[in-house]
Amino acid sequence: MSSSISFTHNKYYSWCRNNLFSSWINGIITILSIYFIYEVSSFFLNWTIFEADFVNNFRGEKITDRTFCSKNIEPGQHGACWAIIIVRFHQFIYGFYPVEEAWRVNLVYGLLPFALVGIFFDNLPFRKYFIYFTFLFPFIGYFLLYGGAGLDVVGTSKWGGLLVTLFLGVTGILLAFPLSIILALGRRSKMPVIKTICIIFIEFIRGVPLITLLFTANVMLPLFLPEGVRPDNLLRALVAVTLFQSAYMAEAIRGGLQAIPKGQLEAAQSLGLTYWQSTRKIILPQALKISIPPIVNTCIGLFKDTSLVLIIGLFDLLGVGRAAVADIDWAKLHYEVYVFISLVFFIFCFGMSRYSLYLEKKLKTDNS
Amino acid sequence: MTKIKSLFISLLLTIGVSTAIAGSHGSTLDLVKERGKLMCGSNTGLAGFGAPNDAGVWEGIDVDVCRAVAAAVFGDANAVEFVPTTSKVRFTVLQSGEIDMLSRNTTWTLQRDVELGLEFVGVNYYDGQGFMVRKDLGVSSASELDGASVCIQVGTTTEMNLADYFKANGMSYEPIPVETNSEADAAYLAGRCDIYTTDASGLYASRAGYPDPSAHMVLPEIISKEPLGPSVRHGDSEWADIVRWSLNAMIIAEEKGITSDNVDEMKNSKDPETLRLLGVSKVGDTGAGYGAWLGLDDDWAYNIIKQVGNYSESFEKHIGVNTPINIARGLNALYKDGGILYAPPFR
Repeated sequence: MSSSISFTHNKYYSWCRNNLFSSWINGIITILSIYFIYEVSSFFLNWTIFEADFVNNFRGEKITDRTFCSKNIEPGQHGACWAIIIVRFHQFIYGFYPVEEAWRVNLVYGLLPFALVGIFFDNLPFRKYFIYFTFLFPFIGYFLLYGGAGLDVVGTSKWGGLLVTLFLGVTGILLAFPLSIILALGRRSKMPVIKTICIIFIEFIRGVPLITLLFTANVMLPLFLPEGVRPDNLLRALVAVTLFQSAYMAEAIRGGLQAIPKGQLEAAQSLGLTYWQSTRKIILPQALKISIPPIVNTCIGLFKDTSLVLIIGLFDLLGVGRAAVADIDWAKLHYEVYVFISLVFFIFCFGMSRYSLYLEKKLKTDNS
Repeated sequence: MTKIKSLFISLLLTIGVSTAIAGSHGSTLDLVKERGKLMCGSNTGLAGFGAPNDAGVWEGIDVDVCRAVAAAVFGDANAVEFVPTTSKVRFTVLQSGEIDMLSRNTTWTLQRDVELGLEFVGVNYYDGQGFMVRKDLGVSSASELDGASVCIQVGTTTEMNLADYFKANGMSYEPIPVETNSEADAAYLAGRCDIYTTDASGLYASRAGYPDPSAHMVLPEIISKEPLGPSVRHGDSEWADIVRWSLNAMIIAEEKGITSDNVDEMKNSKDPETLRLLGVSKVGDTGAGYGAWLGLDDDWAYNIIKQVGNYSESFEKHIGVNTPINIARGLNALYKDGGILYAPPFR
């Protein structure tokens, strides 16, 4: 008697009872689900980790091409052959960046967090200096990556892999942000010319797919420029990506602006604030807070869309992966390459999504 | 819709051609020399023809043509920058002057040669379109393919050949459009299409990489002529000559038995054409070698052979029977070995 009481008081037991086994049907579904999860995860873990080859195969030989992969030697071996990623790791991360200069890319990757902490966390000591650094970072980063003034010049055609993906994604998002605020404000402006220009720009960009913009920037732009003026391939793609992102972000911010009650602006004006003062101090802080989820949504979308640049001949992460599977030495280890690429994209997109949740929580005030 | 699309494309290219012609001060050779490197349009990744290896170095027989031109112009086969191009953008990239030459398994056709304003300078691989199917489909001839779904790369000549072939034989098919070779492989292996069609060379290259190559077969029918070759822009014949004779030099070197290993000994050869090719003999009594006609150094062809090799060396290294791609010379053997590879005389 006493044992059954202590049993039902166990909170894990009652949680399971209420949520997993509340009826016979639910109990059966629970057991089947557990079995299913076990099967799938054990298959996946075996494939990705326990039975997989990394540097050496099961005989202990170093894997230099597909014929050394365990699964290509022994019929019983099924694990992934990650050697393709390891051998081509440089290409995946840096593209065709010269090996001896790769430290410059590493330095930029290493400095990136310092450039971002200032914006991300507002209770940081010496935050002012971090913010200064944030503004300097694009120039320092570009100088380090591209070179000049003592450093060897590494043309953007040698950039590739994750470097291109991050360059387009991060720079595109950062440049598009101020542009999108201007566009959103312009679209709500009372001045007809500015309003019309903003509407035409936003609707035009939103009305065409990113791939069309990339083609336009890549193919048509040079045709209209004089001979000798050849904007860099990567910069052309960056322009297209930035314009595309700014139009989408502008609409997300406009949504936030429209959600602010008119009384806020009227109250600000009755205090004697000018348009810019009230916009900067009253309207935008509230509007941007509301717009965080849609803004992050478009950022995640853009980050993944950067893989489209393969079509105009830029080797981003996906492009390098495709070139790897096209190499006869690696015999189209499609699954390994695509799983790896998905994982990298997932890490970045998930990170962005978690950061937006953190921001929402931090900025949450009681009145909303 | 297609009409509008083709109108748009031709408009685009017309603008491209006119700007290219209007804007072409200085010869391409001068531009290339000034820049210090050759810009060469390559595939985004086709095994054996043009793809980066583990170290990021581009390799393949198409790539070797670019390296040959770089060796001829600079004496350095590595003075090339490869610009990966997809089948859709390759011509516009050439028109806009971003690349100096295109060497990317591109079929020489009337339209491309004339209307698109390209100049094909020769053929470095004679190909033909074929079909690959899974053996368990039980098909032994292309005439049994009625109603099949076909993976096809958009914007290629293979797309039109396929339509022509099925129409001519009164059969129907369902096209599954794909963008790149690797996408086509993935789609075909995943069973999204019954047939994968592209140039036979591409099919062999793809099959070599499949998990179980013996489960797939290339059907005997070859439905088209696909002479693949390097091309340059219209309007600079001197540059076209350099690219043409760089390729010819590789073919003549094979004919004369000159390889990257024996090229130094061959300078002492008795054969007059070999001596002309390697820059030993001079033109008449001018004191200049044959390179001067092209605006190059006299050892331009020597550099090509020394650094890149002759046609056979390039072929066997990248796609020959001892590579996983395993393509026999076939049509691509020299004319005297039963193929149709034939370079004009070097004199």
